[in-house]
Amino acid sequence: MKPLLITNARLLDPATGLDAIGAILIEGGRIASLTGAPAEGIEVLDAGGACLSPGLVDMRASIGEPGAEHRETIASAAQAAAAGGITTIAVLPDTEPTLDDPALIEFVIRRGEATGSLTLIPYGAATKHCAGKDLSEYGLLREAGAAGFSDGSKAIGSARIMRLALSYARAFGAMIVQHPEDPSLAGSGSATEGELATRLGLPGMPAAAEAIMVARDVALARLTGGHVHFGHVSTGAALEHIRAAKAEGLRVTCDTAPPYFDLNETAIGDYRTYAKLTPPLRCEEDRLAVVAALADGTIDAIASDHQPRDADDKRLPFAQAAAGGVGLATLLGITLARVHGGDLTLLNALGLMTNRPAALLGLASGRLAVGAPADLCLFWPDRAWQVKAGALPGKAQNSPFDGRALEGRVMATFKAGRQVFRA
Amino acid sequence: MSGFSYPILPTGHLLAIEGLQPPHISALLDLAESYALLNRQGKTQRDLLRGRTLINLFFEDSTRTRTSFELAGKRLGADVINMSVSNSSVNKGETLLDTASTLNAMHTDLLVIRHSQSGAPALLSQKVDAAVINAGDGMHEHPTQALLDALTIRRRKGTLENLIVAICGDVLHSRVARSNIHLLSAMGARLRVVGPPTLIPAECARMGVEVFHDMGAGLAGADVVMMLRLQRERMSAGLVPSPREFFRFYGLDAAKLAYTKPDSIVMHPGPMNRGIEIDSAIADDPERSVIGEQVEMGVAVRMAVLDVLSRDLRRNS
Repeated sequence: MKPLLITNARLLDPATGLDAIGAILIEGGRIASLTGAPAEGIEVLDAGGACLSPGLVDMRASIGEPGAEHRETIASAAQAAAAGGITTIAVLPDTEPTLDDPALIEFVIRRGEATGSLTLIPYGAATKHCAGKDLSEYGLLREAGAAGFSDGSKAIGSARIMRLALSYARAFGAMIVQHPEDPSLAGSGSATEGELATRLGLPGMPAAAEAIMVARDVALARLTGGHVHFGHVSTGAALEHIRAAKAEGLRVTCDTAPPYFDLNETAIGDYRTYAKLTPPLRCEEDRLAVVAALADGTIDAIASDHQPRDADDKRLPFAQAAAGGVGLATLLGITLARVHGGDLTLLNALGLMTNRPAALLGLASGRLAVGAPADLCLFWPDRAWQVKAGALPGKAQNSPFDGRALEGRVMATFKAGRQVFRA
Repeated sequence: MSGFSYPILPTGHLLAIEGLQPPHISALLDLAESYALLNRQGKTQRDLLRGRTLINLFFEDSTRTRTSFELAGKRLGADVINMSVSNSSVNKGETLLDTASTLNAMHTDLLVIRHSQSGAPALLSQKVDAAVINAGDGMHEHPTQALLDALTIRRRKGTLENLIVAICGDVLHSRVARSNIHLLSAMGARLRVVGPPTLIPAECARMGVEVFHDMGAGLAGADVVMMLRLQRERMSAGLVPSPREFFRFYGLDAAKLAYTKPDSIVMHPGPMNRGIEIDSAIADDPERSVIGEQVEMGVAVRMAVLDVLSRDLRRNS
């Protein structure tokens, strides 16, 4: 591959705080220089003043493959990711089969490599078959490349198993990624318990199901010295527990996803099944608490929480419809809305999607550093567009943001120095 | 053959290593060493315990420990009776203290007990007239195992002081580990425990050991590697995901042994799970494995313990 010089770009590196117009030289798939003068005879791309950040690192997404290829394949998810500026995805293991064998971890990694545009880092199943009963082989899975351990969208319900998981994972320096929802309390609720669910006549699950699980697991992190990471945190009460745990110095981290700081439960009015998510959308106070926790650093990362569903999963009465929304193509745009709204600085917002999740996953990417992989996202921070379910990149179209007008759009995405998307 | 003027086991029982002082331990080891010599020469001391009754009261299955005590008792001339749980009245509902009264009525002199409950030998010692020897109680202690391990190490290394001893595997459930930690620390060795966090007991470091979860780090520079038995039920309890994973990360094989000193020795209290906690090639390596010698020292140590505990009886009679 020929060296490439991207000039006239607003270089944004959250890891170092770099925010300056400059040029970046890419050679051999890596960032070769952030200062070098343009040499003669190499390819030059004039960014026209657009923002250039590290390629986004999405630390929580489900992909249909293996097992639900009718919803989405790895190839189609890679398309959507490239269009969203995402170059690395940590994928959840609750596929079919579940990722609880080293061979399956290696399979997913290889399938990611085959796309040429997307690095896939699978989480290993925290328990065999994600059934919540027996720990899987963390050591062997970790050697095969597992990013950490999780039962995906299922909570590890037993306190004893969670204790063992946190404890055992410590030997291999791995985190346990928890879906923070007490299953016995959440039951079969399909919306957050409250006035709206009552008016709609939907079975509710109390928001406290999240805080209860977080409080329990914080206590278990204290007991075991293990690292618990809470995925898609959505309530103020849970974030209070996490804030206190961090202040105490426990190994507790968390992420959230765009729906939880951009939407509230009113999005499910008229029984919009595309807005049926897990955890369910919350009340406005909780949304504001998530925004505040993004701003004060309590939340470590913003993940897409991508969950592909097909029309048959969603064209059902609300309580019967599958939960989950796609999020790859909209991750950057929805997050930039919080920048435009004045809640986050641009660098902080990008840090939540680049170097901070990369550090949690133990990756060298997510930074504009000489020698780092040239995974890059070039975007216009102000360019307007509208989310249209049906016209999104990739196969799965179940976006909870259908119709949302956004400012901020990806111009181009580079994977290991190669352009893999251009608007 | 003994010249000690003070009681080596002041309580009149051997219930635990914890609480024994280094001079007591050394005296026991010295005595055991002399019995080891006699045993090798094929000599016996059949008059020492003549007319004395030794009962092996085993509430848990055991072959080697029971046999070892039996042999030790017989070599010293005692009448040895084995009672095991399968044919004892415990199955008929008799409590431990009922058993104690029965044993008193039989005028037992020496009582060797193994029990699945921690503290059972201590309870029994309060109620029986016999001298009680703990042959393993629950997850608490197995004092004669620690003594035989120490004797084996001392014979190979000349001393216990400043040796780096790594105890590896299922420390959580191991009475062998606890007794060894107490004994070897008291004698000046540097103790490490190595295992997955799920098999290391809480606050283990407070017992004066260094805790490792990585075999490479835990074995680095070790003089002695002590492997523990991993029972199958630990896997069904979810403490270890699979035998292959345990062997890969915590099983002793040549690659892991290479982290230790070139002249390190390998020990195992038996029975071994080959291919789970120890590779056969290591277990059977005559250069490194002292597992056979441990068994041999077991008899000598138990003879020494019986000798010491029966001195009061002999004095009184």
